[in-house]
Amino acid sequence: MIQLQAPFTEDKIRALKTGDMVEITGVVFTGRDAVHKWIHDGNEPPVSLKDGIIYHCGPVVVKQEGKWVVTAAGPTTSIREEPYQAGIIEKYGLRAVIGKGGMGEKTRLACAKFGCVYLHAVGGAAQVLAEAIKEVETVYGLEQFGSPEAIWQLRVEKFPVVVTIDAHGRSLHKEIEASSSEKLAEIFSTIKK
Amino acid sequence: MNSTPDVPDVQAVAASSGVSSSKLYETFIEVIRKTSTELPQDVIDCIEAGKKTEEKDSRGAYAMGIITQNIGLAKVKSQPLCQDTGSILFYIHYPSHLDAEVISETARQAVAEATKKGYLRQNSVDSLTGKNNGTNVGPGSPTLHLEPWKKSHFDIRLMLKGGGCENVGAQYSLPDTRIGAGRDISGVKKCILDAVQQAQGKGCGPGVLGVTIGGDRATGYLSSKEQLLRKMNDTNPNPELAKLEKECTDAANELGIGPMGFGGKTTLMGTKVNALNRLPASFFVSISYMCWAYRRQGAEISADGTIQKWLY
Ligand code: SF4
Repeated sequence: MIQLQAPFTEDKIRALKTGDMVEITGVVFTGRDAVHKWIHDGNEPPVSLKDGIIYHCGPVVVKQEGKWVVTAAGPTTSIREEPYQAGIIEKYGLRAVIGKGGMGEKTRLACAKFGCVYLHAVGGAAQVLAEAIKEVETVYGLEQFGSPEAIWQLRVEKFPVVVTIDAHGRSLHKEIEASSSEKLAEIFSTIKK
Repeated sequence: MNSTPDVPDVQAVAASSGVSSSKLYETFIEVIRKTSTELPQDVIDCIEAGKKTEEKDSRGAYAMGIITQNIGLAKVKSQPLCQDTGSILFYIHYPSHLDAEVISETARQAVAEATKKGYLRQNSVDSLTGKNNGTNVGPGSPTLHLEPWKKSHFDIRLMLKGGGCENVGAQYSLPDTRIGAGRDISGVKKCILDAVQQAQGKGCGPGVLGVTIGGDRATGYLSSKEQLLRKMNDTNPNPELAKLEKECTDAANELGIGPMGFGGKTTLMGTKVNALNRLPASFFVSISYMCWAYRRQGAEISADGTIQKWLY
């Protein structure tokens, strides 16, 4: 298990390899469809994303005794941000993207070029991931985007992920897709007509 | 309090019928709560078994460890297992002398209340306007399959099926030249394995497949979901289908896709197949993929709405 702790410098990110199991400690920002599109349309993000981590997540957040508490925080499907992600990595110096399901070629290439990684969280593990969120530091765009789409600034501790796209051009998604496709062809050849 | 004009007041509807609907209403809410926060034991057993087959310290074991931890936490906290609380699919058998309309309205009202309580996420959106009225009640939501029967009790089952896994479902029309599948059992097998390969980890595997051979397009998909009401450890009464189910699960687990698509041995926990008659001109294979967060529950419920026993 690799511990990835803030600050998320380019060196630390480049040291990660596809397949590594990682626990993150530091600050992450949630961002999903509305925010990605909004930044892509030319609006300045309200926070500095330099050396930052974006989490594709629409958390369930409730106010308890005047404080925000996250009660569910699983990842959402990342591929929807494929048209926007590479540009945001390039322009704002993002170091990691957390989500599920993997991303495409544009993002893979941007990760290699600018020193970013894609980290896959376990889909559906809403409770385990919520437990790893120790504090909601603040929220941006709550009125504008609504709760699930807002930018939540979260302090996480030992947040569990797997590196599936690294900063060296490798993608576990591509590799497993290729190996499983080969295996499928092999199985098909043994299925009698 | 009834804040949605679309949802009639349960008590008012019940007043004119034979259903003790306040009891039934509470029971519906309890069925929803249990379904959303606890996995049935037969599914947990399969997840535990899958976890054991993954190599120590592998990514597969890591993912399965997080999954089992999540199952435990959700139950203890009585919080949704996964925040996508999914399509709400009810399968209801009811004593034929009761009023089906009242039962339906009671179910809808319970869904709205369970959403307010946080057992269900506000998860249903108007397809034209994109608006979410926050109740999970609207055209097609919840989906209610009602059937009267001669027995004196209810059998109410609920499945919550998330969007990620629903998106990787697939329907094949045989013959299919892309995968070389003809109109026979071998062709069906190819469809099933191809669907698993196409899904990769995107359906939050390890998954379970419900498959229907035959039917028209709509009944095929409908019936494939009903296969997911079967218990994981049951045996198909048709020996040919039982063999197909086992062969497909075994072969899928050779693909190496693994939990979440991280690589590993547990890609598929089970395959459940049935066959419907078809037209001579059509041959559909309809496949519904269920994620590891396999939320289905059900209960035998007396006519007055009291839960007698849980079914899973
Ligand atoms: S596919 Fe299942 S586990 Fe994954 S996010 Fe959707 S409902 Fe949750």
